[in-house]
Amino acid sequence: MLRFIANRFLQGIIVLIALYTITFFLIKAMPGDPFTGEKNIAEETKELMREKYGLNDSVFTQYFLYLKNVFTEGSLGISTSKAHSVNEMIGQSFPVSCVLGITALLIAIAVGVPLGVASAVRQNSWIDYSSMAWAMIGICVPAFTVGPILQIFLAMKLPLFNVAGWSSPRDVVLPAITLGLVTTAYIARLTRSGMLEILSQDYIRTAHAKGLPISRVVMKHALRGGLLPAVAYIGPAFAALISGSFIVETIFQVPGMGQHFVNATKARDPFLLQGVVLFFGLLIVIMNLAADILTGLLNPRVRLTQE
Amino acid sequence: MAFCCLAGCGGETEVEKATSEGILIMGNSSEPKGIDPHIVSGVLENNVIRSLFEGLVIEHHSKNGEYLPGVAKKVEHDGNSTVWTFHLREEARWSDGEPLTSEDFMFSFQRILTPSLGSDYSFMLYYIEGAEDFHKGETTDFTTVGVTAPNDHTLRVKLRGPLPFLPEITKHYTWFPVPKHVVLDHGKMGEPFTDWTKPGNLVCNGPFKLKSWRINDHIEVERNPEYWDAENVGINGIRFLPINNSYTETRMFFSGQLHLTYRVPPEMIAYSAEHYPENLRTEPWIATYFIRCNVDRDAFKDKRVRKAFSMTIDQQSIIDNVTLGKQLPATGIVPAFGDYPASKQVSFNPEAARKLLAEAGYPNGEGLPDIEFLTTDQDSAKALAEALQAMWLEHLGVTIKIRQLEWTTYLDTMFKQEYDLAAGGWVGDYLDPLTFLDMWIEGGGNNRTGWSNEKFEALLDEVQKTGDKGLRYKKLKEAEELFLEERPVLPIYWYTRNYLISRDVQGWNPLILDNHPYKFLKLESAD
Repeated sequence: MLRFIANRFLQGIIVLIALYTITFFLIKAMPGDPFTGEKNIAEETKELMREKYGLNDSVFTQYFLYLKNVFTEGSLGISTSKAHSVNEMIGQSFPVSCVLGITALLIAIAVGVPLGVASAVRQNSWIDYSSMAWAMIGICVPAFTVGPILQIFLAMKLPLFNVAGWSSPRDVVLPAITLGLVTTAYIARLTRSGMLEILSQDYIRTAHAKGLPISRVVMKHALRGGLLPAVAYIGPAFAALISGSFIVETIFQVPGMGQHFVNATKARDPFLLQGVVLFFGLLIVIMNLAADILTGLLNPRVRLTQE
Repeated sequence: MAFCCLAGCGGETEVEKATSEGILIMGNSSEPKGIDPHIVSGVLENNVIRSLFEGLVIEHHSKNGEYLPGVAKKVEHDGNSTVWTFHLREEARWSDGEPLTSEDFMFSFQRILTPSLGSDYSFMLYYIEGAEDFHKGETTDFTTVGVTAPNDHTLRVKLRGPLPFLPEITKHYTWFPVPKHVVLDHGKMGEPFTDWTKPGNLVCNGPFKLKSWRINDHIEVERNPEYWDAENVGINGIRFLPINNSYTETRMFFSGQLHLTYRVPPEMIAYSAEHYPENLRTEPWIATYFIRCNVDRDAFKDKRVRKAFSMTIDQQSIIDNVTLGKQLPATGIVPAFGDYPASKQVSFNPEAARKLLAEAGYPNGEGLPDIEFLTTDQDSAKALAEALQAMWLEHLGVTIKIRQLEWTTYLDTMFKQEYDLAAGGWVGDYLDPLTFLDMWIEGGGNNRTGWSNEKFEALLDEVQKTGDKGLRYKKLKEAEELFLEERPVLPIYWYTRNYLISRDVQGWNPLILDNHPYKFLKLESAD
């Protein structure tokens, strides 16, 4: 087990360095520079700013210096587009994204798993068709449609929530539903397919033959195996949910991580962009590892040491 | 029931609560780049900075082009508007209680002109004798710059030429003081983005001081008890919300979450006018939307071609069908304001345009090189580009290609002058026609058309040498007419500001520069 974790950890570091390398050189390839603004500032001023941020050093110096700062000081640099350190920006926005992402995931699991189970147990019934139709709608309808609809109906026509903002606990509800909708839909579909496979197994037939009630067959014998595809999906989905969503954050005025990706790209802010990409990469690595471990615990046939 | 209680349904709205607490909640478009008055250069940063800092004089709350005393209680000049003396009030204090003296202004001017600070906007101080040389590193001796402090409460500014509207310029945040003792505590004079502007560190001299700042969430300011006129400040604080999405912002207003929006999206102006007529305001703004012509490209070397393109733009149709914000057709490059007579040279005249194009050797557009119109990737930019494309095809027989680029790439391409036609705009920094004209001098950082004209620049030089307002306006008018005759840019419309404002807000008057002084506002429930 420990060897497996150590192996995956080393693989994760390689993945992160590759991610950083690709991001670093893609940023260098972008037209414009961090100091391109609406008002054209003097070339001498730009030169001074490049000097201050170390952007006049050779590409390789910049590449290794940033890595060195990350590993030795834990510093992700200073944003060139905002007057803050990248660590501070992530430090403020990540907890917000975490709350939003966790709520969205809980909604997704709470709705998606029962939908998937019900569909599988009542395959080809109206429950199955309607659940999967909703799941398909959830996958297909984008957040920029769902968000404003929720705002109009649940915040304006029925003033149950604020339209947008992040000032009270209830402000998490509408963005979490919007953000979690796609995940709900995928979890429902994956649970359904996992459950269908398990429900056709011999040991389930045996359980039925023993005269066990359906609820017990499902809960005790089928669910554990049937959830495996959904659990494998939840790891990366969780990382994606807590890393923020530009669209949901913009619609609901949520001060999360997602905006940093887009704003940093638009502003050609190398340190913010590298910082959030690295941070997100680290999250994915950790979540994938967690999902692997959880899969192993749920399914003893997966031998963690084989990795 | 429990759900309803949890959600607080039926309770007072955020605006009602804020009004009773005397807090103004306003949309501010986006997260500011910073709040250091010497570093930033945007409208939304200005909105926050204006609440925290105060210059020598402040904007009048209801009269365009007039000023009220700020840190300076009295302003005098030498009769030729070249040497100005500002008498600072003895009671002026920083928010930490330290006295604000002329030394702080001296430090501030030196700081913004220090090249290593990298200020986008230091040119706003170039009117001061020797300031440009110091900023460009031709001298490191700040005593060569025309500012002196004869005593703690007197500041003398010697300009490079007469400037009768200097107080108007000093309203701009680049002229605001920063606290020397705090800035130097957190770094060197010429060091940008130090921690002195962080909550807990920031010391300011305006009617409000920084209370809290959460990135992408809000900036909140509260009363500054050390402000010299604190007892006359009408509200207790302001919450600035960086709302990127204008549709969300409008919905927030409709549901009672905002006193004031930053803007209204064009598609929602008609709806707002119908359902919220008492809240919707449309006011002129000192800004012009135009199209740059690259006069170094074959297609636009000839001014007759440029004029032909300009005269086939149906400005009113664009305003009525595309921009929808009751903008004004730009008949000149300088928007109409005050007693400066607006030009009438730019007009829609397709017949004359076709004739000009034929005279230039391109009858019905035949023989013109391929033309590409550079614009941004916004939907509104696309709609405008397509409208222009259709107008030029209909009236001149010319088919142009549209090239949409993401914002920074668009700016980079425009600044490198890699375009034929490029969308653009300019917001005036102060209330004088010069702010729309001096950018077109040869090599001007924001010119980027390749156009220059000796006579135009000679006229602007003459403007710099006279303190007589009538003569200045006459020369500026001549310069503008010459510029329009050459037509290196095609003016389309003068901006308006469309926004929603709660009836609870009192004292928010139309101001063409949109630099509202917050201290005069009051919040009273309108219901």
